[in-house]
Amino acid sequence: MFIESALNVKNQKVQGLFKALFMMMTILLVLPVLIILGTLIYKGGSVISLDFLFSDPTNGMTAGGIFPALVGTVWLVALALMISVPLGVAAAIYLSEYAGDNWFTRFINLAIINLAGVPSIVHALFGVGAFVIFFGFGTSILAASLTLAIMTLPIVIVATRESLQAVPMAFREACWNMGATRWQTIRRIVLPNSISGILTGVILEVSRTTGETAPIMFTGAAFFLPFLPQGVFDQTMAMSLHLFVVSTQVPGVPEALPYGVALVLIAMVLIMNSISIAFRMYLRGQKKW
Amino acid sequence: MVETLEQPDAAAETDSVTGDEAMPESRAVKLGVRDLSISYGGVAALRDVSLDVYENEIFGVIGPANAGKTSFLKTLNLMDSFNSNMQVEGDIEFNGRNIRAIKNVYGLRSRIGVVFPLPVGLPLTIYENVALSPRLRGIKDKQELDIIVERSLTRAALWDEVKDRLDSLGSLLSGGQQQRLTIARALSQDPELLILDEFSIAVDPVTTMRIEDVLKELKSEMTIILVTNLVQQARRLANRTAFFLEGECVEIGVTEELFSGSVKDQRTRDYVEGKFG
Amino acid sequence: MSSVAGKTPNIDFDRRNLDWYIDKLVQFLVFIGGISAIVFVIGIFIFITIEGFGFLLEGFSFKEFFLSPYWEPSDEDAPEFGILALVAGTASVTGLAMLVAIPFSLGAAIYVGEFATGKTREYLKILVELLAAIPSVVWGFIGLSIMNPLIIDLFDVPVGLNVLNAGVILGLMAAPIMTSIAEDALKAVPDRYREAAEALGATRWQVIFKTVIPAAKNGLLGAVLLGVGRGFGETMAVLMATGHAVNIPGSVFDSVRALTATIAAELGETAVGSEHYQALFTIGIFLFLITFVINLTADLIVRGIRKQ
Repeated sequence: MFIESALNVKNQKVQGLFKALFMMMTILLVLPVLIILGTLIYKGGSVISLDFLFSDPTNGMTAGGIFPALVGTVWLVALALMISVPLGVAAAIYLSEYAGDNWFTRFINLAIINLAGVPSIVHALFGVGAFVIFFGFGTSILAASLTLAIMTLPIVIVATRESLQAVPMAFREACWNMGATRWQTIRRIVLPNSISGILTGVILEVSRTTGETAPIMFTGAAFFLPFLPQGVFDQTMAMSLHLFVVSTQVPGVPEALPYGVALVLIAMVLIMNSISIAFRMYLRGQKKW
Repeated sequence: MVETLEQPDAAAETDSVTGDEAMPESRAVKLGVRDLSISYGGVAALRDVSLDVYENEIFGVIGPANAGKTSFLKTLNLMDSFNSNMQVEGDIEFNGRNIRAIKNVYGLRSRIGVVFPLPVGLPLTIYENVALSPRLRGIKDKQELDIIVERSLTRAALWDEVKDRLDSLGSLLSGGQQQRLTIARALSQDPELLILDEFSIAVDPVTTMRIEDVLKELKSEMTIILVTNLVQQARRLANRTAFFLEGECVEIGVTEELFSGSVKDQRTRDYVEGKFG
Repeated sequence: MSSVAGKTPNIDFDRRNLDWYIDKLVQFLVFIGGISAIVFVIGIFIFITIEGFGFLLEGFSFKEFFLSPYWEPSDEDAPEFGILALVAGTASVTGLAMLVAIPFSLGAAIYVGEFATGKTREYLKILVELLAAIPSVVWGFIGLSIMNPLIIDLFDVPVGLNVLNAGVILGLMAAPIMTSIAEDALKAVPDRYREAAEALGATRWQVIFKTVIPAAKNGLLGAVLLGVGRGFGETMAVLMATGHAVNIPGSVFDSVRALTATIAAELGETAVGSEHYQALFTIGIFLFLITFVINLTADLIVRGIRKQ
């Protein structure tokens, strides 16, 4: 009796020790990032103002604001979404609702995994070879957005497929039994019940597209442009590249400026991710079956 | 305004019906099945089943689990085309037409109402659950839809419980209510053939009896195939009954004869007497 | 009234209705979406191969490309295209990143998946997800502006942009993704394993180490492999934090240059079609093939556990 309880005490101690160790690892993983975020806010907070957001860079980008970069990012992301969302949702509908369980479907899934795994700089090379040179779009918003769209396509496909497959099979079978075609079933039952999940994935894609730098460096984003883009064949500034430029390429930039740019960029990304997460949690609370 | 169901004093009448209609050969064949075999990836689920279901009868199918009953039902409205793992051989004729030669498969399915054992309330409002099938076949008129919805829900013994909340989600009803909603949906198709697969599993006994009464009544409008693991339910309702066992159709006969002991196969007797299953 | 509603629809079984054709049309349209993924992957390979083809045919020497540590593409007399030092740069940074990320992400996955409960668990998962969202250019900036002076101060070295800096940054970047995949792998272990072990009198940590981790080892391996793939392909962060010097590192305080960063830094300066330009695309082909193999392997391993 005594020995056993001594063993229990020892075991409990070991267990407590392990728990503490793992907790420490988790904290150590999260802590640096919180410190970093704190530093960004501390050092960059002072430059953030409406004026910073809505004015042009001046003095060879050592002063002024980030307006053209903000506008450029909106252009790039919006056009990329217009390309990738229809394509990605279509691909997900095919995979979830039409495709059989065969080698061709596995081949498509393999392609999606690889598309997601190809390094961003290789996507950039593809964008240069295909869109800038072969299709003759030149370095333009169109070429850059196409590159971004292809790169983030797997995000839309995977998120959409997951929310489509979250709709129980029994609903589809009930509709098919009544004589509904696959498409009627998708339109009346599957899509209405997965649209919010798809939207969550799209917000996630917006966030990811906003932060991407390498794929747009050579396909459409410029270091500095004194005017806003007028169409999809223009070049543009972009937030992500602007951070790279002011922190590495321009001499004499005041210390706070790149912190301010980084802070705005990370705020955009994190806000969108938070919306996506909040939306997802809200949906989880809405029981529909 | 609305055609409501005359509450059946029909119970007494239908009990005697079975005997009257014991001469099915004179009737038109609604569904003819010839040498039907079904297998899943090489494993047989049903072997060489041949049977006829006559117009306006209730055809009972009884048998223990794994008898191949559900697989059998799936082939009747070509649902096997959604399952590439399912191989089907043999012929099925609906109104004398080989269903595999029918081009308008969706049209065929819309003429056959199916109710599966697990209730499925679609994530639509109760109203839209029942209005879905009419909408699919192009009915848009609100008044016409209203009539179909009310009549179908009434026949499925659900109208009184839900008439004040037709806008709430059908998928959030209780299990028994969802099962009746499923039946209402099948009836909203105005089907020629109604297939019920163990519909009473999720329904309480009182409601079961109400639906059974409705089925007896519906017989004059449509043909009904009733698959059940409740032997007594088949006895109460079916004009003729087939006994399935391990993928084989052991025996088909007039229900009363099956239960009165005049069977060709000993296994049928054992099953209806409750010796196994 | 009732006669209207009760009319039997007249359906012609021999004529396909409009919905049949609409369904086929939709099937065709979404099929295009489906094959687009295949088209793009093949397209990527074809286009980077086309652009790098001239170099592969003429200037390319297998021995020089893979075994020479000299990357001197702009030397006018005798340009050299050896990627050995670049591979060493990528490998050293990725290796250090994994040293940082593997213990922390696995530890965090175990804590989140096996110990944390309720709200704590929920919040930690959200935090991990947000960490994974920070863009790589921001990480690069952090390496440049926060880690750099920190390393100089702490270790008394002249330059803080080196293997250590990029390795830690990359480790922090890869850890969140590895954590969520590893946690998925732990979650995939059925609870009956845990219950069986507990019924035999095992304590919590014995259950985790002797039962859960061995059962989840394929998924954990998959998580590590995806982390390696991420490290290999990462561009902006390593471009900004490595110091960008062609160098086979002797210690973690040496500056290096990564394969990806080389393309990012030099592509803008080369003339389209020049030998240098084509050599950069050849690096692209190499990166494409390597990450292809890594991702394929990771997927096979992860899918292996799902099938079990």
